[in-house]
Amino acid sequence: MNRCDTGARTGLVFFGTISASISHELKNALAIINESAGLIEDFTLMAQKGLPLDPERLKTVAGRIQKQIQRADGIVKNMNRFAHSVDDPLKEIDLQDTLYFMSSLAHRLADRQSVTLEPAEAKGGVQILTDPFRLQNLLWHCIRFLLPFADSQKRIRMTIEEGAEEVRIQFSGAEGFVHGVPDTFPGEEEKILLDALGARLLTEKANERLVVALPKQLQP
Amino acid sequence: MRVLLVDDEEELVSTLAERLNMRGIEADWAARVEDAISLVGKTSYDIAVLDIKLPKMSGLQLKKKLEDLRPKMKFIFMTGHGSEADFRTGAAEAGEAFYLVKPVGIEILVEKMQEVMQSEGKLS
Repeated sequence: MNRCDTGARTGLVFFGTISASISHELKNALAIINESAGLIEDFTLMAQKGLPLDPERLKTVAGRIQKQIQRADGIVKNMNRFAHSVDDPLKEIDLQDTLYFMSSLAHRLADRQSVTLEPAEAKGGVQILTDPFRLQNLLWHCIRFLLPFADSQKRIRMTIEEGAEEVRIQFSGAEGFVHGVPDTFPGEEEKILLDALGARLLTEKANERLVVALPKQLQP
Repeated sequence: MRVLLVDDEEELVSTLAERLNMRGIEADWAARVEDAISLVGKTSYDIAVLDIKLPKMSGLQLKKKLEDLRPKMKFIFMTGHGSEADFRTGAAEAGEAFYLVKPVGIEILVEKMQEVMQSEGKLS
């Protein structure tokens, strides 16, 4: 596979992975709604047989359904935002907002390894001109790489440091990786994304951090 | 019939357990693999209904751990994931008929549980 094909496939795989994760989460919300509606039906069947209906139980189950509908609505909003991230190959974005968004998209993956993703707040936000979809893809690769190295606190923190020409996204809380960075990271896929974004990937051994340095203005 | 439901979606397994109990099936539930292992260590369940994607380990890995504790226990899998690869792996492990995709109708789940019990000669 040539570099162009690898780059295209990387994007498609990322899109597919996120779509599958979203559909999985939606299925879970629907399954809870399904069981809750079934429970209300069970209550009414019991009432028809003469057993008294407990209004408090009904209220609890209705609240559960509403909560899951809100959850599903949030998932669909994320899905829509993610789908539209391919619209513009160059767009001004709020980097802090993107980190929150990526944490939200990756939370299921992180949960499965009992890790919490923590994007720190950046005062006033940090605006950069970049390729939103490729940046999300690169951040996903970094998160996925770091998860198995999460320290005893099981928290991976993401902070932004703003310079004159570039911004740095610092991943910390996965100290273990600096002592044995696999040769496979960054691999060809990450290198293609880094090139496309004009970005650099740095391993700060002293601070035990992985850093993505991005230009504030990506040249078209 | 005594069953254990395992899924990290607590509201799903707790509601399902309540509905099964209403149908005369003794159902316990666990939202964490540690709790599932602990419950199986203490209680002899006929069937465990496992989510395929659990935090820390897959449903298939959990099945092996639970089988070590209770070799006679039977399994049904539930999944929110509909990929071909997942289906093949789950179906190979549990049998195609016992690999259910969420949301699962309770009548279908009860039917599958009865089939398992019948195949074991525990239900006529």
